[in-house]
Amino acid sequence: MTVNHFLGSLDFLPEEYNTVFSLASRIIDSPMDYANRCSGRLMATLFYEPSTRTRLSFEAAMLRLGGGVISVANAKTSSVSKGESLGDTIRTVGGYADLIVLRHPKEGAAVLAGEYSPVPVINGGDGAREHPTQTLTDLFTIQRFKRRFDGLTVAFCGDLRYGRTVHSLVKVLARYSDVRFILISPPELRLPDRIKREVKGINPAAALEETTRMEDGLKNADILYMTRIQKERFFNEEDYIKLRDTYILTADKLSVASAEMIVMHPLPRVTEIDYAVDADPRAVYFDQARFGMFARMALILHLLADKEGGDA
Amino acid sequence: MLRVDRINNGIVLDHIQAGQGLKVFERLGLRSAGYPVALLMNVASSKMGHKDIIKISDTLDIDLTMLGLLAPDATVNCIEGGVVTRKVTPGLPKRVVGLIECKNPRCITTVERQRTSLFVLVDPDAKEYECAYCGERSKV
Repeated sequence: MTVNHFLGSLDFLPEEYNTVFSLASRIIDSPMDYANRCSGRLMATLFYEPSTRTRLSFEAAMLRLGGGVISVANAKTSSVSKGESLGDTIRTVGGYADLIVLRHPKEGAAVLAGEYSPVPVINGGDGAREHPTQTLTDLFTIQRFKRRFDGLTVAFCGDLRYGRTVHSLVKVLARYSDVRFILISPPELRLPDRIKREVKGINPAAALEETTRMEDGLKNADILYMTRIQKERFFNEEDYIKLRDTYILTADKLSVASAEMIVMHPLPRVTEIDYAVDADPRAVYFDQARFGMFARMALILHLLADKEGGDA
Repeated sequence: MLRVDRINNGIVLDHIQAGQGLKVFERLGLRSAGYPVALLMNVASSKMGHKDIIKISDTLDIDLTMLGLLAPDATVNCIEGGVVTRKVTPGLPKRVVGLIECKNPRCITTVERQRTSLFVLVDPDAKEYECAYCGERSKV
């Protein structure tokens, strides 16, 4: 039996993303029609790394579909401390639940989990590598606000080196035509060459421009994607403190941007977007978080339906 | 002139790049092989200038994946009854299980004892492999 997983942002072709987005939009329009669609189903969330919003978003999604949730908020202190391998944990939990959401600090953990799991696995983030449901959220947000993916100029700002949300999103957006990326970051936190190579491999015509000046990126962008400079990705605190406050979006800086540009952020925000920006209609990051829950509801239905060849 | 007898049954690994022979010998585990083995180094070659050769008697079993990684352009001659019955060039293997260690300290394969490494050939010209789990690239 083939089990459908969602392990990397490129697992879905654009058509499959569109299917999930259509479903997510139908859920937004009439949520009560979906309130019992996962009745009798159980989702396990295994989080080996701290996360509040991704876990809550998934759990809210499953509960709104009428399903149940079993959760290990800090898996690191439970089975792992007894020396259990991830493969064994996944096989065990796969016997209890119909779906597993895994967040793990090691890169490739979700791929490995997918090899062992008898039920669909969703990658809730694996180290600095992938965070595909954030990509799902981001794409759905773009679809809701821009109604298209082709011909967009997307500026990414902040930690482009360790920011896995950026890595996933940039690769998926590269599949669309006339896409242009403006990469705003300090030299230390530039997008890794590996990701640039992958982008060019996906779409040789994709334009990648790098700059250290935030203002350069704001003028022509359809989307400004801000990221947090993440403390947990640094080996020493000095480097983190030095770079933390480098790129802060203020209402003043935003004045040069187009009236149609949207400002996205995977959240949580620390200092990189001034609170005054929240009142600007272009700031859509809280809508983005809300859309993420609907996108995850649609993803859960999609994977569970695929598993049994029908509706979940 | 150094002479090594012909073998009637076994394998001759020819055209190994000069200097690589000892490494191939070690990595194929031939030091502890229970059959006669000869390693010849810096043998004159019209094609390569100099080459290394390994002759293994009394077995036709060899780890072609490992050989492909170490000496992809070598020639493997299988000899049965004093006659060459098969001649192959291993080439770089497309998938390598358990032989390349992932150098990325954040890779799941560095901690998961149940699973050995899996690398996939992504750039044959550069002899570059990619970890199937974390995407880290490694040259062989």
